[in-house]
Amino acid sequence: MKKTQNVTIKGTKDGIVLHLNDQCSFQALKAELEQKLLAQAADEEENSPILAVKIQLGNRYLTPGQEEEIKSLVRSRRNLVVDEIISNVITKEAAAREKAENEIVPVTTIVRSGQVLKAEGDLLLIGNVNPGGTVIANGNIFIMGNLRGIAHAGYSGRRDAVVVASNMVPSQIRIADCLNRAPDDYGEEGRHEMECAYIDESDHIIIDKLQVLKYLRPNMTRLKGGFSYG
Amino acid sequence: MGEAIVITSGKGGVGKTTTSANLGTALALLGKKVCLVDTDIGLRNLDVLLGLENRIIYDLVDVVEGRCKIHQAIVKDKRFDDKLFLLPAAQTSDKSAVTPEQMKQLIHGLKQDYDYILIDCPAGIEQGYKNAVAGADQAIVVTTPEISAVRDADRIIGLLEKEEHIEPPKLIINRIRSHMMKSGDMLDIDEVTNHLSIDLIGIVADDEEVIRASNQGEPIALNPTNRASLAYRNIARRILGETVPLMPLEDQKPGMFARFKKLFSSKSS
Repeated sequence: MKKTQNVTIKGTKDGIVLHLNDQCSFQALKAELEQKLLAQAADEEENSPILAVKIQLGNRYLTPGQEEEIKSLVRSRRNLVVDEIISNVITKEAAAREKAENEIVPVTTIVRSGQVLKAEGDLLLIGNVNPGGTVIANGNIFIMGNLRGIAHAGYSGRRDAVVVASNMVPSQIRIADCLNRAPDDYGEEGRHEMECAYIDESDHIIIDKLQVLKYLRPNMTRLKGGFSYG
Repeated sequence: MGEAIVITSGKGGVGKTTTSANLGTALALLGKKVCLVDTDIGLRNLDVLLGLENRIIYDLVDVVEGRCKIHQAIVKDKRFDDKLFLLPAAQTSDKSAVTPEQMKQLIHGLKQDYDYILIDCPAGIEQGYKNAVAGADQAIVVTTPEISAVRDADRIIGLLEKEEHIEPPKLIINRIRSHMMKSGDMLDIDEVTNHLSIDLIGIVADDEEVIRASNQGEPIALNPTNRASLAYRNIARRILGETVPLMPLEDQKPGMFARFKKLFSSKSS
């Protein structure tokens, strides 16, 4: 019987793709990969340009350590570098995290003084945030109501997160590690309806009309729910 | 089976005790059997406002610790025919003398004999507050049109909303000075209700008579003509489920006149 190949190298229009068999053992895979790469290396020239390769794992899951092993194996060939490792499978944990991060969490409440409302993904609050109240989200914060307290979007570091409120009179806005304090007096400088806050190029939090979001954060438009991986 | 209503505010000095005394009086005037419970242990003064201070023999802590029966501690207000009663707080202990569980049992016991139990809550959100809300079915939050009082009320409402045994709290705005509200120096009623987003059950104007009456140990609600008294009586009726419109604020009429005057004067000039 002819032994099936565990590693196949294919050239596509996007570059070189290494297809790794997902049925064999990881050890066998590594051994064959090494051997194939060595064989190839023999007939490569010294100064050929560096090529990015994609690795297609099929239905195999690699731990970060194993991924690193594969990467270093490929890297040991002077002119190859791993561009991307693609797998059809992810762990449940990663899926749940991904889902939580991309989910919009709707909450109907009034966040009162002393209360903290926290969401893993985007937060959609139907209600007010009163002075002394805090809303925190990993992603964006959308408030259908008055924002008078503190809003912290992208708290784990997403600098592209935004805060949107029907009535924007916050005491503080924080996005990732940036902070913007309210003016000492909102005074009569017009209304603050339908506004958004974002980080601009110079790392300042800007409060602007809602219309600008369409151009600044085009990725916010997702016409379908759920999440995409890869 | 009666209803227990806690009267609270968070901030001190906004008129919780005055409100308790007057609502109790107003409910008694409407023919309900009312028991006021002072939970401000160590700083009691509901008895002083009602003029019942020197009739106190036993107090709430004596009841809880079993030194007397509950009916021995309850003081009857002789101005009413078996309608208004007071369970005074102890002055010699502090808030930690009672636990929320004991309060719950105590209030539950009182609910068998009275139509309404009004629980006067101490300021703050610590032990005293926890004791006061433990047995309550409803809550009334008192605030004044000042930013600090409104903030504290907001905090308290947040805490009350977490108590599953209590219905959504109602709001009383106390000590309203209509001329300051009109000039914009004081938060107006809409601002307060928008901020707190709970049902308004009454507004009470600031009135020197209230202080005078309190000092004499006669709740203002006994006075049939005073505006603050009428406001308290209206709130009592709303507690009973009647629909009573809010009273217009005091100097709205002269305000209207002034506006007319202006109109005429501008025409003639």
